[in-house]
Amino acid sequence: MTAAVGVSVPRKDGMGKATGHARYVDDLVFPGMLHARTIRTTIPCGRLTNARLDFDPAGFTIVDHRDIPASGRNVIALIENDQPCLVEREIRHVAEPVLLLAHEDREALCGARVELTEEPDEPLFDPARSPKLFKEILIEKGDAPRAMSRAARVVEGTYRTGHQEHVYIEPNGVIAVPEDDGITVYGSIQCPFYVHKALVALLGDSVSHVRVVQTETGGGFGGKEEYPSMISAHAALLALKAKRPVKLIYDREEDMLATTKRHPSVVTHRTGVRKDGRIVAMDVEVLLDGGAYVTLSPVVLSRGAIHAAGPYRCADTRIHARAVMTNTPPNGAFRGFGAPQTQFAMEVHMDRIAEALAMDPVRLRRLNALRPGDTTATGQTLGADCSAHEVLRTALRRSGFTRKRAEYKGTGRGIGLALFYHGSGFTGSGELKLASRAALEVTATGVRILTSSTEIGQGTRTMHAQIVADALGVPYETVEVAGPDTSLVPDSGPTVASRTCMVVGRILQRCAEELKAQLDGLTPQEYHKQHGPLRIEKQYEQPDWINWDDTTYRGDAYATYAWGCDVAEVELDPVTHEVRPLRLTSVVDIGKAIHPALARGQVEGGTAQGLGWALNEDVVMRHGAMANAQLTNYVIPTTLDTPQIDVVMLEHPYEGGPFGAKGLGELPIDGPAPAVVNAVRHLQRDIRAIPATPERIAEAACT
Amino acid sequence: MHLTVNGAEWELAIHPMKRLLDVLREDCGLTGTKEGCGEGECGACTVLVDDAPVCACLIPVAQVSDCRIITIEGLGDDHPLQRAFMDEVGAQCGSCTPGMIMAAVALGAKPSLQRIRTGLAGNLCRCTGYEAIYRAVRRAAQTSERGSNVESEIASP
Amino acid sequence: MRGRVAELELRRPRSLREALDALRDDPELVPLAGATDLYVSLNFGTLEGRRFLDLWPLRILRRITEKDDVLSIGALATYTAMIRSRAVRTRLPMLVAASREVGGVQIQNRGTLGGNVANASPAADTLPVLAAVDATVVLASRAGERRVPITRFYTGYRATVKRSDELIAAIEIPRVEGEQYFRKVGTRAAQAISKVVMAAVRGATPRIALGSVAPTVVRLPQTEKALSDGAAIDDAVRLLESEIEPIDDVRSTAEYRRRVAGNLLRECFATRASA
Repeated sequence: MTAAVGVSVPRKDGMGKATGHARYVDDLVFPGMLHARTIRTTIPCGRLTNARLDFDPAGFTIVDHRDIPASGRNVIALIENDQPCLVEREIRHVAEPVLLLAHEDREALCGARVELTEEPDEPLFDPARSPKLFKEILIEKGDAPRAMSRAARVVEGTYRTGHQEHVYIEPNGVIAVPEDDGITVYGSIQCPFYVHKALVALLGDSVSHVRVVQTETGGGFGGKEEYPSMISAHAALLALKAKRPVKLIYDREEDMLATTKRHPSVVTHRTGVRKDGRIVAMDVEVLLDGGAYVTLSPVVLSRGAIHAAGPYRCADTRIHARAVMTNTPPNGAFRGFGAPQTQFAMEVHMDRIAEALAMDPVRLRRLNALRPGDTTATGQTLGADCSAHEVLRTALRRSGFTRKRAEYKGTGRGIGLALFYHGSGFTGSGELKLASRAALEVTATGVRILTSSTEIGQGTRTMHAQIVADALGVPYETVEVAGPDTSLVPDSGPTVASRTCMVVGRILQRCAEELKAQLDGLTPQEYHKQHGPLRIEKQYEQPDWINWDDTTYRGDAYATYAWGCDVAEVELDPVTHEVRPLRLTSVVDIGKAIHPALARGQVEGGTAQGLGWALNEDVVMRHGAMANAQLTNYVIPTTLDTPQIDVVMLEHPYEGGPFGAKGLGELPIDGPAPAVVNAVRHLQRDIRAIPATPERIAEAACT
Repeated sequence: MHLTVNGAEWELAIHPMKRLLDVLREDCGLTGTKEGCGEGECGACTVLVDDAPVCACLIPVAQVSDCRIITIEGLGDDHPLQRAFMDEVGAQCGSCTPGMIMAAVALGAKPSLQRIRTGLAGNLCRCTGYEAIYRAVRRAAQTSERGSNVESEIASP
Repeated sequence: MRGRVAELELRRPRSLREALDALRDDPELVPLAGATDLYVSLNFGTLEGRRFLDLWPLRILRRITEKDDVLSIGALATYTAMIRSRAVRTRLPMLVAASREVGGVQIQNRGTLGGNVANASPAADTLPVLAAVDATVVLASRAGERRVPITRFYTGYRATVKRSDELIAAIEIPRVEGEQYFRKVGTRAAQAISKVVMAAVRGATPRIALGSVAPTVVRLPQTEKALSDGAAIDDAVRLLESEIEPIDDVRSTAEYRRRVAGNLLRECFATRASA
């Protein structure tokens, strides 16, 4: 029997996505269904003193915070539980939800006028001046101040990244259906159990059960990690009050205006170096703008801080990171989750160090890049699968970097590189706390996988089935994947953090191994026929060598890391100052490509998304709200904006991952932005902030 | 209002200014065509009207009542482009896919890479970085013996 | 925010004459062509008018013809039709260039020249082309036909001289002598609104028009005269800067627009011989 792992097998999604038969949430209709609309605040800070309905309420269901059951809480449960489901009085950002309306007729819904009386207070928009700290992290290794004072040379720099909007082609949407004293929410959701937890906290004893079912989801990128709890809560409240199904789908403008975005960052580096380029001291200050509520800022900060020193070794390192409040819509999860921001700073800073020392940027990286046996900023010793040097070497060769670096001079073309890494799975003790579970069932036709891991385009169904097929020794075609329905599947943790393959896939692999033993030579079908059903469920087991201290932020931050090196070639138009990417070479080590075509798709897609963040995507904030909340004005790359993306996948297996696989989904977005900016630096433009719009580059040419 | 969609005739009592996208999805029950932006920017709602790709979210239905409309459902369940999009992973999350495929149908036989880029410039994809989409279109061009005659693209009901 | 479709009305005239009658009888009737801006405006809350006159089926308005020296493009000619028209390709290749960049193929198949002219956006891509060649807007009504030079068609931001009983029937373009130049600087490589857009006819008496740098499309009479008198390019750029009034908006900055407009002028006239 041929192996499934390592082969680009036919996908479990079938043809539905290409035939139009796949059902996304807006394609679903329930009998008696109502449409819904959210009335939102228009000021960034202050108090709501009145909400007047300027329409005939007949036929409408209207919900405000008073409709939240007494046994529940007006909160969207996440980490801090500081974010209300509906505004009571205090306003902390524009587009904060106040009232919910439902009606059978969408036109009637659009015509309903609500007049809000809002009393403004002075809003805070500058994170550097925020009085409210969400989270602070200090990572100290060795004695950075002392080493810095003894360094031959100190190079300083401050780097900035802006918001980024996910622009999943399918906007946020859910349908809440009241069912026998309970409530079921169907929706475009990355983490059904997050929604489940939030609804339980919101509704308390008022419902007998909560069920969450993920529908075919048109992209997530983190934008449907925690936000769906909010939209689900709204739909659920309306549905319970109306006693009818309620469909709540955002249009693009509302989605961009009101939902989460990538945290903007300001990162300041002070790096002590020897004359030969060896880094002897690192001091990094990280500031993230969390928006109005905590949401996931502490975790984004955590990953950002841990990756802030880049894939480099330095015995004396200090990283001080803070996430703070501003009166803007809360920022949240976005592919990369803090690491793209801090690694942007690190890699652009590295090229500035090379410039300061009149040194080749490649040589600088060779001197300092981590090797197996080296320790990271948190003191983690890297294993044999640390491949920083190899991805670098491969990328240089593949792209012809060194030759082009010389050849391009004076031609209007530039070439730059970025070296980066990405920890797989949740940080530190995160996976232990999640206690994820996965199950395998024997059926009449084979086996069925039961996890809460969601397919959001990355190939979850297929990849899990491949792992189980080979671990169990059965044909891939006989492995079925159950839909993530919280009433049927165990909580495998969220579909985030590049953990779906490495962590959940590994639990499934262990289930399969145990099942294989129990089958004792029978096929699953035979076993089912002779003995009936059988279910194996297992929980995450942390590798016993992992040691992590949450208070000192020291130890093994991640089970392993994936590694990458991007080379960007660009052309700068002297007339318009536009940067045109010509080619992006991306070399990644992902341990094992379970499905080569799907894996390649992750790298190509993440790279394009990183290019958009670097060059095109500018969230224009005016008075605390996104002023360009239309796809006309917030532009993502089209086919004519993206260059050829040349991907090479290396495999340095991680033995704790299924078939050696490490995390993959987020790594690719860490590299493109600094690679492009470094290519622009090669063209003598000193850019330290993204997006590197033509307007900014025109200014950089002047100074 | 009379509409011809995927070779079938529809008689609908609808407002003449209802968007073609909504008519297709709600009145005809053809939910394959997706709404990504409502502004004509993302192309997810691309359908063919008299062989020309257009954004259904921008069209008042009355203006196309005498036209031949083809949606993704009109290609059937096993069109070479559909198969190629799945096999080459030209579709990841799939929400841009129906519109992308309809725009690709209009590219004609054996389009060059530059022609593909230009012809699909009105279709946004956030998942793939477009590379796999080019691979899918070229693969379909190789396996398909049909030319650019869109009439033949409609699968029999 | 979704606007309400139920509030909208569509009249469907069977002939141009019926259309003109309707416009005469109902001053609030708005001519509708490819509708590429209709729902966008409706949802944004900026749509003026609720009663529309459907011009789409009127074939007579789609004709592209050449008579003597005049190229006549019907108001309902789509960008795709103009791109494919042999007459437009030979006589006005910069209109083809503009049509290719107005949006993706989906927009090209529905957007029309008349619509672009009537919509009167300062960022419209065809208007600098038409202004640079001194095109004429042909306005039809029951009261008769009149012709207005495009350079006098716009009176201010999104304001035209078109009366409520008139519709744009065609755009007439005289013979163009001299090399044509067109460049659009957008927010990205495709499907973009312009930040600066320039069209020009090079030659002994250059004509230059710019979009997105003023409330309407503008010609540059002083710059043109200076170039025609043999001024140095640096002086011409300075004059250009004085003839435009770019602003900061969500897409770009006044400073960038000013600088790039000057660069476009240099690029366009770079190969001029002599001072």
